[in-house]
Amino acid sequence: MAGFNSELADIRFGCGLSPVIGRPESIDVMLDGLTAPDDIAAAFPIETFDTFRRTRMIAINEQRKILRDNRGSDIGEAARKQRNVLNRIAREDKGAWLGQTLLRRSYTQHGMFERLAFFWGDHFSAQGKQGAVRRATSPYIEEAIRPHMTGSFADLLKSAVMHPLMLTYLDQHRSAGPNSAFAARLAAKGKTAGLNENLAREVLELHTLGVSGPYTQADVTQLAELFTGLTFQVQVGFKFRKDMVEPGSETVLGKTYGDKMNRDPILAVLDDLATHPATARHIAWKLAMHFVSDTPDPGLIDHMAQTFVKTDGALMAVYTAMLEHPAAWQTERMNMKFPVDFVGSACRALAVPDEPLQSFTENEMKNAISIPMAMMGQNWQLPIGPDGWPEEDDEWITPQGLSGRVRWAMAVPQILQPQLPDPRDFVTTALGSYAPDAVIFAASAAESKTEAIGLVLASPAFQRR
Amino acid sequence: MSNTLSRRAFLTRTGIIGCSLAASPLMTPVSFASAPWDTRLVVIILRGGLDGLDAVQPYGDPGYSALRPRSLAGGPQNGALDLDGYFALHPGMAGLMPLWQQGELGFVHAVSTPYRDKRSHFDGQDLLEAGTERLSDGTRDGWLNRMLQVVPGVQADTAYAIGRGDMQLLKGPAPVANWSPEADLTLSPQAERLMGLVMQDDPEMHAALAEAQLLSDGSSGMAMSDDGGEMMMAQMQKAGKGASHRKIARFAAQRLRQDARVAAFSLNGWDTHQAQGRNLTRALERLSDTILTLKDTLKGPVWKKTAVVVMTEFGRTARENGTQGTDHGTGGLMITAGGAVRGGRVVTDWPGLGTAALYEDRDLMPTRDVRAHAAWVMRGLTGLDKSVLETAVFPGLTMGDDPGLLL
Repeated sequence: MAGFNSELADIRFGCGLSPVIGRPESIDVMLDGLTAPDDIAAAFPIETFDTFRRTRMIAINEQRKILRDNRGSDIGEAARKQRNVLNRIAREDKGAWLGQTLLRRSYTQHGMFERLAFFWGDHFSAQGKQGAVRRATSPYIEEAIRPHMTGSFADLLKSAVMHPLMLTYLDQHRSAGPNSAFAARLAAKGKTAGLNENLAREVLELHTLGVSGPYTQADVTQLAELFTGLTFQVQVGFKFRKDMVEPGSETVLGKTYGDKMNRDPILAVLDDLATHPATARHIAWKLAMHFVSDTPDPGLIDHMAQTFVKTDGALMAVYTAMLEHPAAWQTERMNMKFPVDFVGSACRALAVPDEPLQSFTENEMKNAISIPMAMMGQNWQLPIGPDGWPEEDDEWITPQGLSGRVRWAMAVPQILQPQLPDPRDFVTTALGSYAPDAVIFAASAAESKTEAIGLVLASPAFQRR
Repeated sequence: MSNTLSRRAFLTRTGIIGCSLAASPLMTPVSFASAPWDTRLVVIILRGGLDGLDAVQPYGDPGYSALRPRSLAGGPQNGALDLDGYFALHPGMAGLMPLWQQGELGFVHAVSTPYRDKRSHFDGQDLLEAGTERLSDGTRDGWLNRMLQVVPGVQADTAYAIGRGDMQLLKGPAPVANWSPEADLTLSPQAERLMGLVMQDDPEMHAALAEAQLLSDGSSGMAMSDDGGEMMMAQMQKAGKGASHRKIARFAAQRLRQDARVAAFSLNGWDTHQAQGRNLTRALERLSDTILTLKDTLKGPVWKKTAVVVMTEFGRTARENGTQGTDHGTGGLMITAGGAVRGGRVVTDWPGLGTAALYEDRDLMPTRDVRAHAAWVMRGLTGLDKSVLETAVFPGLTMGDDPGLLL
């Protein structure tokens, strides 16, 4: 029976092998790392959404207001320029935060924590739709996901679902009860307001129960009514608006939630959804699929789901259940790394210095990282829908996607790490005891160092985990 | 090597060759064969759920204006272009009016897949691409691939799935080229041999990379080498520029002018829960642009043999929602374009928009199965038997009467 192995711990559950960072010695060390102080975030900071909102979104709104009131004048023109500068800086910083994300992966001692931050950020996929907030996904993850990954799933769910970025991404901030005071006020002006069921549907389908879960269209509509009042205002951040709340109680999955003009019924329904057995299975399955294989051992899923149910979704217990199950340590490495995992683990194996990642211009970052990742199939933080990135390996093993991986592997390492290692050593650095003979041979037979490094990184032994 | 050797056979062969370096290249020369038939089929999937009632507005229906009294009010009095006195075209597709007038643009209204009730994008798209009655029947391939499985003479470059995303509808045992513009891979001969070696124990990755080599036309013109960093940067700079929908359409058309006969890709941005007025206009302009780029790049004679079929996972709610948009619905719209289509018509068994006529008092009632129309198009283009289409391509489908979508 397979069991813990420190190389697999970093390859499968962490950010890959590193020549400079030690590997975890046990499952306990891995788990302790998840609740250790977030030193790596302090070393490679990314701002929180609230900072983003205060320092950028409010400032941009102010300039926009000045521009609106002073169109055609010098003051207006100055405001337009200032607004454009702020927008450009936000755009550049989105690229810079991708660089920080890669550096965190390169130097963290708690690789699984970074992997979980991506996993949950993807499970609760959110993006801005217009203006500077389009650059705010990393700040959202920093604020809504990263600090909440080791408590209960209910707390993580509430943190993500009620976050301003999620509320705007899935249109909740504008959804109003058809019989709310707000709707009545608009009606008096000849306008209308009403429900938008986007967030309610995705909470049931994607975030909690799963699409095969026991809910109907009526539950979606009722949950949408229950969610009314959750809004976001740039000036203040999250705001609960009583005037948008649909009066009356709502019934979701057979349970009736009270008629209150506050967040309590919403918190209550999210608590209930978070601990539903269908949610337990959905989350267990998705975690196992992400970390272990596309077809995880049913015993592993059962063990994780039962633990989830038993502990009301205590996430540390669920992670423990995964790591303590022998199926998690199967020696065959099946799962294809996502492009961000591939690029991140390559950076880690190369021990890339802070420069040039931190000094790249916007275009350099695009050309070296973002566009190649898009070619590999992962347009960074811009998945097509709220379901995030696909877990299935065959979604990534496409000719065009692999072409992107190979081209990146051959060309970009020398840019990120001017002192490329000896390829014969690099095979062991990157693959440890999993280095196949063919890769060892290729690393020594290539015509150049860059090709040799590229062959190691492109090899299935490095691409799968 | 015979030029009729299929790519799959070729890959299988290279995949099982032993591990000696000389005998295990990633690629050996292989040539494409000429195509087995002469018509062209382009399938465009609109991901997110196109609002068919807004794209082609039934302003002649007495129930219409009550459903969309506000920001989504339509019809010619609100700027839509009249099509036939009953339906009007969304202004976002104004660029396609000349095609409508020439009979090269048509619509099929109030259609859907068999998908009902949960209104999930992702299940809806999976079913649309699987082309089956339900998702649970274990079908892993897509309907367009199954079409390729039953027509004779399909080669490695007969069908293209284009773009960075995966096209489920072309997945399956029949050979399909998966590619996107600017994905060209050029390796030095030595790197190529070594790449074949390191990939040899991973048949999936080996096959995908071999296909990448096969499909690269060398337009990037330089092998990856020690100056690969600079070249990569230059290549990426180029890839980062220009509208992707136009690049994809141009690429599809270029391949279709050569040996390709089938191409499929998807366009995103149809999930208009909010501010639909603005968001749908943008998406429809992109779609129009895409179709016009196909037409311009295909040029006259090939365009004349081409049918473009545009499908989406579901329509949207008949009523405007509370945020100037629409939520997930059921019945929707299929669009046809091309020199081979009999356009200038809105084909429909129109269900009406009265409250009692709506599906679950909410959505446009689907009256025909969108798969039947796709099947009739394929029958017209390839001459496949109805019985084959109803069993092998869309198992269990009843195609019904020929709606006459093609000339």
